[in-house]
Amino acid sequence: MGLILKNGIVFDPKNGIRGEKMDLFIKDGKIVAEKDLGKKSDTIDLVGKVVFPGGVDIHAHIAGSKVNSGRLFRPEDSRMRTVPRTNVTRAGSGFSVPTTYLTGYTYSEMGYTTVIEPAVPPLKARHTHEEFHDIPMLDKTGLLLLGNNHQVIEYLKAGDLDRCREWVAWMLLATKCYGIKCVNPGGTASWAWGKNVEGLDDPCTYFEVTPREIIRGLVDINENLGLPHAVHLHCNNLGAPGNYTTAIETIDAVKDLKNKERSVLHLTHLQFNGYGGDSWKTFESKGVELAEKIDKTPNITVDTGNVCFEPTTTMTADGPFEFHLHRLSKQKWVNFDVELEAGTGIVPYEYKKNVSVNAVQWAVGLEMVLALKDLTKIHLTTDHPNGGPFTCYAEMIAWLMSKKARAETIATLHDAVKSRAAISDLDRELDLFDICLITRGTAQTLGLANKGHLGIGADADVAVYDIGVEEKDGAKIERAFRHCAYTIKGGELAVKDGKVVNSVTGKTLWIDTKPKVDAIEKDLRKRFEAYYSVSLDNYPVDMSYLGESEMVMKRCKK
Amino acid sequence: MAEEEKVTNIKPDLTDVTDVTCPFCGNLCDDIHIKRTGDDEAEVHHACGVGYYKFKKFITKGAPRKNLLRKKSGDKKASDDTFKEAKLDACIDKAAELLIAAKKPVLFGWASTSVEAIREGIALSEEVGGIIDQTTSVCHGPSTLAVQDVGISSCTLGTVLNHADLIIYWGCNPSEAHLRHMSRYTVYPRGAFREKGRQDREVVVVDVRETSSTSVATQFIKVDPNTDYELVHALRLAMKGEELPDEIPGTGVTKKQVMKLAQRLKRSKFCAFFFGLGLTMTRGRHRNIDAILSLGAELNKDTKVVIRPMRGHYNVAGAAEVFTWQTGYPYAVDLTRGYARYNPGETSLVDLLVRDDADCLFIVASDPVAHLPKEAARRFGNLPVIVIDPHATITSKFADVYFPCAVTGVESEGTAYRMDGVPIKLKKVIDSDLPSDTEIVANILERVKKKRGGK
Repeated sequence: MGLILKNGIVFDPKNGIRGEKMDLFIKDGKIVAEKDLGKKSDTIDLVGKVVFPGGVDIHAHIAGSKVNSGRLFRPEDSRMRTVPRTNVTRAGSGFSVPTTYLTGYTYSEMGYTTVIEPAVPPLKARHTHEEFHDIPMLDKTGLLLLGNNHQVIEYLKAGDLDRCREWVAWMLLATKCYGIKCVNPGGTASWAWGKNVEGLDDPCTYFEVTPREIIRGLVDINENLGLPHAVHLHCNNLGAPGNYTTAIETIDAVKDLKNKERSVLHLTHLQFNGYGGDSWKTFESKGVELAEKIDKTPNITVDTGNVCFEPTTTMTADGPFEFHLHRLSKQKWVNFDVELEAGTGIVPYEYKKNVSVNAVQWAVGLEMVLALKDLTKIHLTTDHPNGGPFTCYAEMIAWLMSKKARAETIATLHDAVKSRAAISDLDRELDLFDICLITRGTAQTLGLANKGHLGIGADADVAVYDIGVEEKDGAKIERAFRHCAYTIKGGELAVKDGKVVNSVTGKTLWIDTKPKVDAIEKDLRKRFEAYYSVSLDNYPVDMSYLGESEMVMKRCKK
Repeated sequence: MAEEEKVTNIKPDLTDVTDVTCPFCGNLCDDIHIKRTGDDEAEVHHACGVGYYKFKKFITKGAPRKNLLRKKSGDKKASDDTFKEAKLDACIDKAAELLIAAKKPVLFGWASTSVEAIREGIALSEEVGGIIDQTTSVCHGPSTLAVQDVGISSCTLGTVLNHADLIIYWGCNPSEAHLRHMSRYTVYPRGAFREKGRQDREVVVVDVRETSSTSVATQFIKVDPNTDYELVHALRLAMKGEELPDEIPGTGVTKKQVMKLAQRLKRSKFCAFFFGLGLTMTRGRHRNIDAILSLGAELNKDTKVVIRPMRGHYNVAGAAEVFTWQTGYPYAVDLTRGYARYNPGETSLVDLLVRDDADCLFIVASDPVAHLPKEAARRFGNLPVIVIDPHATITSKFADVYFPCAVTGVESEGTAYRMDGVPIKLKKVIDSDLPSDTEIVANILERVKKKRGGK
């Protein structure tokens, strides 16, 4: 049976559609032409409503051992949001780290249909996939932590890019992940010795390889493998005053590396690297400066990592940062080092309106968007749950669309937001097309050809919002984007009037990297026999863990 | 994709299976080699004494295991003639009826089965409005409570293997409870940054008596029973440079011993603490763990310190993971109101039983009657009991419905989480006529839904 979405006001930036009243036709989970619809079909009349492609979240920690540790050690967070089961949905709990089912339902209520888990430790990839299995409503995949992988660093130190490439390819296939994630390159590796790195040219402990070498090496490998997404980078010095220079240096470090189709480096949650000053007292926003830099640099994309004023749970593979935050905030702390590969830290945190640093952080993320000319290069995230839970996206959108909403919030914040940030002077108000771009253009950055648009052949993932095209009232915008009028996932009606009416299954996306195992077999055997605590045979995640899955890319052998 | 499918469609050859995961303790050793030498004989390589014996036992076909129903409900004499053999379907029907009739069923166990079974178990608890709890509540529950209080600095076992130069076992006896822990992960193996293995590491054991583990120790500290809390705090003070009395009051430990350990900690580049039930189930309980976790967090200012509880059952860590990602809480989850509540001490099995606050018991992969306090175990005699377990146990003697099932990790596949949270696939090494517990629980869930007309 087909489905007709009639009379909606459609926004589809990829296909240049800017709020046109038109009909969409859906069959077998895809957008089709009217003539291909077949005889029987349901119709939903969307007159006066706004139609977007399903949202694509490029960076949200929703599954895996780190997220689950966050849930486990914060029962107080689970108690903050408790949702009973219904005839169609399972029970769930969790405000900033919701349970798997609740994560799927809540995203779907907001019109999101694809989410990327951005930090999968290879040894624990199976855990991530097991949680994916229990997240309904969404297509999902993971980015693999490789920036502190001992073997990768050793190959890069030896200048052996060929074998390093095959190692990366093997890891990606073994873990059924989608792309390369690099977190505080060199820093997390040093953290195994309780140390960190301080900048792009500060060599990491023991291996003596610099973050610059790791980043450039991984970008080179990423290009040679022809992966769909750029290297996804969490910069060094995250969260420290004055760290915007690290971001600028990082952008400059790859300026000679090019790709015609997409960016070569994606700087994630850049807000956390957008700080000027040299101490917490002189802490100031460099959001506008970063926006200028992004506009000038053709080969990068970024996502924001906005903060909102909610109690949340910070979690990252940047082990030393979380220890620092634990010492600073005096909150409880989970640390977890993963052998030969990665680390993790988790600390609860609440961004407070009356704290000067938090108020400035709030401004940085918004300034980066508001001051940026080319909005195809930026995507809206909160680095869920680091800057706040993903449920805050609606509030973010309200702030971006309405100067009045921003002004109302600024009035409640610490005065530092006026003196040490530019947000009060920015008059720009994004329209719905812009919002669609920063929340759906993500698919292009990720290389997901069938997502983020509504052209013929696209996946029938659609979000319908009950909002006027010219709406400027913050509260109304927030309400509309928090609770969709309809969400269609894979051609099936999933959400109606902001409530899940049908629990649909999502797919796990993966890529076939076709590693040349011969080239690395000796190293694989040595590493697993001597240093890993699991056997080589038991390391890879087989297809049985993926449930419904879709291979998005196959490597062309070079 | 096509290749993958081809591979999965081939019936696996079970005559010679390598890298088998041993489904017995939290070590979850995954290097076992099982070579069939006859119909019910096999060579078992690399396993410890316990693992070897268990694999041997399961590969040897015993008497066929049958589904059992109690002839007369309420007749709980623990003799075999009160049972009758029954078809699987009849047992599923009876189990579904008992669960539907109950107002507050408790679904307990789960630590010795697969993640897949636990998933079904939580769905069933939600469906019948029950309480789901796992063996953690009588084991490392206090560790969980302490982690919820202060967090934990931890790592995978391979990190210890590669980095640790100081290993501290506190209130546990790995050489008898986790037999390959020292040889596979901690004391003996050569690691990437500890190339000389044992020679590169110091070992400290703190316990109330000498055990076979203490013989390995560079330093053994004998602490009086129930005084670990005081000793941890003495160590915390020593690390902060505070003056200690010559004898640490009540602990039977001298200042000299504590200072020696403090010196070792200061010298260490990477220290790994492991603790067991000697801390969680003695006086102080979660406060003991709280103290040791706080010590660990403090030490990370100057050196690198990680801490791990020595989890017992092979998938007790996995049970906590699944409980948490599905409900938000790691054990003692009350779903009677249709949403998850968590209050250990109220919603945990022992407390429910002692309070007489449960009206049906659904026990999977554990033997509570053999292990619970008498006051709690006694209730099994008065309540409807459903048991799913590969073996006849003391608990199954109290069952109204008993399902034997395939042994997970021997007769059926699955996934389990090692004590450090690393998920490893469990392999199947022999065929079985019996369904897995995952299938049985899933069938009961379907039957419950059907009987209630999809409400």
